[in-house]
Amino acid sequence: MSGPTVGVDARTGAPAESGDDAARASAEVWRAARRLLDGLPGDRGLNIAHEAVDRHVLHGDGGVVALRCVAPDESVSEVTYADLASLTNRFARVLDRLGVAPGEAVFSLLGRGLETYVTALGTLKHTSLYCPLFAAFGPEPVRERLRLGHGRVLVTTYDLYRRRVAPVRDGLPDLRHVLLVDAVPPAGPDGAAAGTAVPGTLSWAALLDDADDSYEIPATDPETPALLHFTSGTTGKPKGAVHVHEAVVAHHATGAHALGLRGGDVFWCTADPGWVTGTSYGIVAPLTHGVTVVCDAGEFNARRWYRILQGHRVTVWYTAPTALRMLMRTGGELAREYDLSALRHVASVGEPLNPEAVVWGQETFDRPVLDNWWQTETGAIMISNEPGSPVRPGSMGVPVPGVVATVLERGDDGRALVVDGAVREVTDPGGTGELALRPGWPSMFRGYLDDEARYRRCFAGGWYLTGDLARRDEDGYYWFVGRADDVIKSAGHLIGPFEVESALMEHPAVAEAGVIGKPDPVAGEVVKAFVTLRRGFEPTEDLRLELVAFGRRRLGSVAPREIAFDQNLPHTRSGKVMRRLLKARELGLPEGDLSTLERV
Amino acid sequence: MTTTPAQARTMVGTAILRIVPDADVDGVSPDADLRQTFDLDSLDFLSFVELLTQQSGVRIEEDDYPELATMASTQAFLARRSG
Repeated sequence: MSGPTVGVDARTGAPAESGDDAARASAEVWRAARRLLDGLPGDRGLNIAHEAVDRHVLHGDGGVVALRCVAPDESVSEVTYADLASLTNRFARVLDRLGVAPGEAVFSLLGRGLETYVTALGTLKHTSLYCPLFAAFGPEPVRERLRLGHGRVLVTTYDLYRRRVAPVRDGLPDLRHVLLVDAVPPAGPDGAAAGTAVPGTLSWAALLDDADDSYEIPATDPETPALLHFTSGTTGKPKGAVHVHEAVVAHHATGAHALGLRGGDVFWCTADPGWVTGTSYGIVAPLTHGVTVVCDAGEFNARRWYRILQGHRVTVWYTAPTALRMLMRTGGELAREYDLSALRHVASVGEPLNPEAVVWGQETFDRPVLDNWWQTETGAIMISNEPGSPVRPGSMGVPVPGVVATVLERGDDGRALVVDGAVREVTDPGGTGELALRPGWPSMFRGYLDDEARYRRCFAGGWYLTGDLARRDEDGYYWFVGRADDVIKSAGHLIGPFEVESALMEHPAVAEAGVIGKPDPVAGEVVKAFVTLRRGFEPTEDLRLELVAFGRRRLGSVAPREIAFDQNLPHTRSGKVMRRLLKARELGLPEGDLSTLERV
Repeated sequence: MTTTPAQARTMVGTAILRIVPDADVDGVSPDADLRQTFDLDSLDFLSFVELLTQQSGVRIEEDDYPELATMASTQAFLARRSG
């Protein structure tokens, strides 16, 4: 089998030294959280999909609405927990029929809709590995992630297949089956059963219709790989962070603690299903609480969003600073035309909320926007302003129960200083350092796919190093400062500069590229590229536009929105482009200040 | 002075080309969804609105966004607002 190999190391994930009281207390918190879940009947382990779907049916709540899917035209279709159990059973059966083995990867490339939920949860039932992709990725990021993740099955739409996958499918030998969710005409008389008129694809609807709607989830060890989320580093390829079924313990616990979810809630998470938030909090956490999840397939539009909040009586809303800032642009009067009184909590993730957005949120929703912090590798919210506790505007809050955090002193490269395997905590209140977490929480990633060495490098001195810079005030509140590396944060998503630079350098005119995040009032940062041309190419406006178009074709929405020519990119002694210096120039900062940040 | 449909088409085309330089703006049918056709995400769409405002001098509010869905609806909108 050429399926994925995962560097799971339960020891790295175990709490630190046994004499550590904090570690013992954390372990007890998570044991208690585990007891709030059911486990598979017959003591056969722990499966995310059972906790999210089937157990509610067993408890007699199959008639509760699990999903309210809002179509682009705002028509609504409701799916109960019983419906969802049946559909996900069918999808697990489809994977059986297609010969997909446990542990093999099933990818989705979809917008917000029922199919995403059925694919994710059906794959989890089958104990295969679910990996969502962002539908706004261009063909290059899609190909790279399918290749790295050994994608066996892809669920997508005809249009996305045609534009993003078909052009690169030849380079994906592991990809056996592509299922199209839209109504595509069936194959002709010689086509395969459930085939479609699009060569090399199968009809999702035909396969599901043919499948039996009963399915018994196989015994699932809590350490079984469940979710694969790609994230970006400063250098190298995207990293596939692997999470296991035990992660559901943290999804459920933080859903209650940080988002305040409880029975009867109507919950709306606006994150795209292609990023980790869309799975952890768009799918898993709310469904484990048996609440009704609003799933909107439409594009952002302020009136539309207020109509959804009002019309569906949304009680808990989880969104992002970029979205709040886009709403802010439309002013507070617009919001006041709507009845938002059902809202109990508004939470936000992705980057710190700027003070104006905090004030605007308080005035507009008559409650604070609760900021929280986590990342792909942590799998669930780690630091939060919990509902009901005093909010410090601009702070990400305090660690959730069971999580032990700190701030570590930094070395010359900006990351935590490690000397002989040991690190030092910042002791001065307000001192900036790298945010670090004590390993052992259930949703901690268990490895980067096929890259054990990179996984190891994330740990030092008994801490997981997050790559984010933060400070902690005297009362223990954490404040986000920035990234410790060159990763770009745009609209709450991490974009790896290396991936963007590599794509640009495939253009014949480009000799070298340096990519940075340029501050942007709405997105936080947007991607800007500085490009050195090869000999014989002139820096004309036509060429610049050609490069912008080239980037968009390859990368989709992670492409640079701005490109500038620069024949003298600054380099380190080892010959790498100094992105930090480029950024300092862009911001008009004195370049000398960077000497402590970049080892030359 | 009212913006003619031809002027509006040029403005839309110019704005789209600033964001998607290889877009086939001449080939777009009057009723095709602009966001879908040219793969504009939310941030692209905000840029599109800004560029259109700069060129036309028409103030465009959030409430007007639905009218910028297609070439035909944008032409109608600009003609009405610039009159």
